[in-house]
Amino acid sequence: MSAQSGKRRPYLRPISGWWKRDPYFIRYLAMEATSILIALYALILLFGLLRLSQGEAAYNGWLETLQSPLSVGLHVLLLLVFGYHSYSWFKIMPKTLPAIHWRGAKVPQPVITRIGVAAAVVLNLLVIAGLAGVQP
Amino acid sequence: MKRSNEPVFWSLFGAGGMLSALIGAALVFVTGIGVPLALLLSPDLMQYQNMLAFTQHWLGKLVIFAVIALFLWHATLRILLLLHDFGFRTGIGTKFIGNGLALLCTLAAAYLLLALGS
Repeated sequence: MSAQSGKRRPYLRPISGWWKRDPYFIRYLAMEATSILIALYALILLFGLLRLSQGEAAYNGWLETLQSPLSVGLHVLLLLVFGYHSYSWFKIMPKTLPAIHWRGAKVPQPVITRIGVAAAVVLNLLVIAGLAGVQP
Repeated sequence: MKRSNEPVFWSLFGAGGMLSALIGAALVFVTGIGVPLALLLSPDLMQYQNMLAFTQHWLGKLVIFAVIALFLWHATLRILLLLHDFGFRTGIGTKFIGNGLALLCTLAAAYLLLALGS
């Protein structure tokens, strides 16, 4: 028995470029990739919280950074990504739920998606409208 | 049978995914576009005194903590899946680092919110 037999590396099917094979894979990746920007947004908020705890001057520096064109551009991108996340979230939601029945019939998946997206639109608008009414 | 810790991470993933789907876009607009450009919103909304008062209220603390922590736990699970999909051998080590970072940020948010007092 050769001494190398135990050290042979197992065959690994090449997977590079797998996502180009099917538009479904690209949509799947776009959905998963939203997470990178969602994490970035959470970190921006966490950093703001840190600056707030360090006092007024530190916090105002963070506010000023938010006003820079680079930051506003990033947040426009974030807005699009969060929008896509909302849509894709409710698109896959019915596939992750047990079947829902209403009046004896199974609720079709697109209906669940539409209800979810509608709820997201309403809640997002309510948050903005609610805060637009606040005049500190 | 050894209990799996997966349901914990998937619950946090789901909660974060739902919260960000329902109000994430609005939050991005408010903090990153509306307030900085005074678009639809008062630029004073996020003034130091106002944000301090917001973070010193228990409800404000809860909202900020939920948003930061749940968004991060949601993102971490998907980023680990992405790494796996691109051929990184995501074993215990990668999961430990990913979830560890999310936990670290969660604890940091909790600490800062508590340190801001009431």
